Amino acid sequence: MGANMLLSIDDFSADSFMVHGVFSINIGGHTLWITSTHICLLLVVCTLAIFSFVAKGRMLKAAEVPRGFQNIVEMIVELLDGMVGSTMGKHAKPFQNYIGTIFIFILFSNLSGLLGLRPPTADYGVTFPLGVLTFTLITFNKFKFQKVSGVIKGLCEPWPFWLPINLIGDFAVPVSLSLRLFANILSGSVMMSLVYGLLSVVAYVWPGALHVYFDMFSGAIQTYVFCMLTMTYITDARTT
Amino acid sequence: MFDQNFIYGCSAIGAGLAVIAGIGPGVGQGIAAGHAAAAVGRNPGAKGDVTSTMLLGQAVAETTGLYGLLVAMLLMFVKPFKAA
Repeated sequence: MGANMLLSIDDFSADSFMVHGVFSINIGGHTLWITSTHICLLLVVCTLAIFSFVAKGRMLKAAEVPRGFQNIVEMIVELLDGMVGSTMGKHAKPFQNYIGTIFIFILFSNLSGLLGLRPPTADYGVTFPLGVLTFTLITFNKFKFQKVSGVIKGLCEPWPFWLPINLIGDFAVPVSLSLRLFANILSGSVMMSLVYGLLSVVAYVWPGALHVYFDMFSGAIQTYVFCMLTMTYITDARTT
Repeated sequence: MFDQNFIYGCSAIGAGLAVIAGIGPGVGQGIAAGHAAAAVGRNPGAKGDVTSTMLLGQAVAETTGLYGLLVAMLLMFVKPFKAA
């Protein structure tokens, strides 16, 4: 490798955006690594837990005319409930809590890149369970509202021999949902670490604009898309 | 048969080829944005709805490009191919 290259890949190394192992635990001969993803997830969850405890304490003695912190909390809840209500219509009621929760969780996970953390959603081990949760909800609602006969009829939609393709289509939903979120956030963090790693000589101030795009804009859009698609699929499963 | 450096080089070429997948989403997102702009021009009152629908569609259309990116990243950084 040429040591005198300007943009040398040598002093960069992929470690700067890969998942790091922080420390390992040995349980029964198996080595369990606690990685940077666990740490960042813990930070995000703790932040949200503290916020929700404070919000709960505040809402217990809520004023008739809201101001300050109560205003913010009411605004967030109204915004999320409105989003779910406008997408799911009459099916919105049972899902407002769930969708609101995953929305705030994914949003904070994506935004944690701004604080120099490695976003937890840039780990496929975080986004895939989210996709599986969506898949479970879809399947449960399908069987509950269309009954077994309806599900089988839906799988044999145009012709009965279409069944394997329909099955693949159903199982592709969680994979594509989770890969979309994962790849978007990962590409953002890779771009940022490329900027900081390869252009470290000139990386002053202007990477802030990239942070606004990759962490805030892209993160918010992907959060919205994930929740929107989850809601659309569930509504679909409950109606047809 | 081949040494490791040859395989790394070929992996890098493959990664470059894989990112060509970005052409499709680029064209598709451009078309979506163009139609959204036309829709806003016809009906400026529906700007909010048009914008959110456009962003949702674009984000879904982006998926295929991201698959190409993932393949490129796997080839470049995970290095799945080893010399025999």
